[in-house]
Amino acid sequence: MAQKAKLALYWAASCGGCEIAVVRLYAKILDVAEFFDIVFWPCIMDFKYKDVEALPDKSIDLCLFNGAIRNSEQEYMAHLLREKSKVLVAFGACAHTGGIPGLGNVANRETIFQRVYDETPSTVNADGVRPQLSYQVPEGWLTLPEFYDTVRTLAQVVPVEYFVPGCPPVKEQVEAVIQAVVEGNLPAPGSVVGASDKTVCDDCTRIKEDKRIRSIYRPWEVIPDSTRCLLEQGIICAGPATRGGCGGPCPSVNMPCRGCYGPPPNVVDQGGKLLSAVASIIDTQDPAEFGRVADAIPDLLGTCYLFGLPSSLLFRVRQEREALPAKQAVEQSKAV
Amino acid sequence: MNKNGFEPLILGFACNWCTYAGADLAGTSRIQYPPNIRVIRVMCSGRVDPTFILRAFSRGVDGVLIGGCHPGDCHYIEGNYKARRRMELLRRMLGDFGIEPERLRLEWVSASEGARFAEVVADFTKTIKELGPLKSDATIAVGQQH
Repeated sequence: MAQKAKLALYWAASCGGCEIAVVRLYAKILDVAEFFDIVFWPCIMDFKYKDVEALPDKSIDLCLFNGAIRNSEQEYMAHLLREKSKVLVAFGACAHTGGIPGLGNVANRETIFQRVYDETPSTVNADGVRPQLSYQVPEGWLTLPEFYDTVRTLAQVVPVEYFVPGCPPVKEQVEAVIQAVVEGNLPAPGSVVGASDKTVCDDCTRIKEDKRIRSIYRPWEVIPDSTRCLLEQGIICAGPATRGGCGGPCPSVNMPCRGCYGPPPNVVDQGGKLLSAVASIIDTQDPAEFGRVADAIPDLLGTCYLFGLPSSLLFRVRQEREALPAKQAVEQSKAV
Repeated sequence: MNKNGFEPLILGFACNWCTYAGADLAGTSRIQYPPNIRVIRVMCSGRVDPTFILRAFSRGVDGVLIGGCHPGDCHYIEGNYKARRRMELLRRMLGDFGIEPERLRLEWVSASEGARFAEVVADFTKTIKELGPLKSDATIAVGQQH
């Protein structure tokens, strides 16, 4: 029997949803197992890092890497899997644009640790214990990965062949990508695969008319007309600034698009485009009235960059240089 | 020059019909204004995409000035109103990013207001000098572009 192609899956800063997206291929997963030899997939099978380290370079044919990079372990695995893989795919929103973990770029390590280890109501930590990189116990030294100030996308850490967007990538698109790999029918490296070249509005079946709004609502504040464009009803929908191909599952159930498929082709900054679109359709020429309408947007940065803060032009919230350890600052400026 | 010797880099977008002509008038009238501004002509202030400004700040520009026609005077009827709405929203978001909203200013300068153009540039340059350079990690350029 001919040797099977080798497949690896890894998760970094992610929720595990991308793994579910692969398992959700249902019976098709058997085809995957038929064609591929799974050499590394810690989520579902017992593999150790040393198994990967022992592989020859470029011996993994396809590596689906999900999750953003926010600590030294993830960074190490990104470099390791890059070295061992012929084709490295940034799989899912976190690896592609930063995803939800990317919102960590509104803070830094210190403020995140303060919140998590001191301030949350469920935390009891009178001694102010914080994670240490290494700690001696009678049995020897214990170590933990270093948590970084800034979350990065996979492509900001290592070169990546393809990007599969989505939080998570929809089933049909995962199938299409696997199919393309099996048939050896892949586009030029650097491409986004498993998505369309249009926006989510192109997938969305709602009736779209004149976009002029006088108020902005959050989804729970109103019961929207399920046949008309959500944006026209004053609900901020990221559809016009988001790559399509998902089939528009969110607007089809009265929920606005939140932008997980990232920017459409030729758009550099998804949040900037969404902001521009929203500002343009607010139908008033009176600055005071405009201010009143815009006040209803609860978290502008979070709304515009829900899935893409690390890959946006401004990358992260500005912080004083003192907050950034010198070593990491240098690494960052090299890496990006 | 202020006491720290900080000379800000200011990017200007001037609309073809009013502000750019106003800047021209300032020049032909030999009115002096600070040399920190680099002016880019656009057909309308409504052409200025927020992405342009985000990119400018990501590349380390210290301030962005946009000049358009006075309300009611836009050559394209309402491009300047659109610019005003976008810039107001963008100013709010810059605040979220830890960039002082004062670093982005929208002003109305007509073709006959050469002196006003010089005043606006001088005043904006002064504001940016007082604010100081854009916080340093603003200049980290992002590599992933596709």
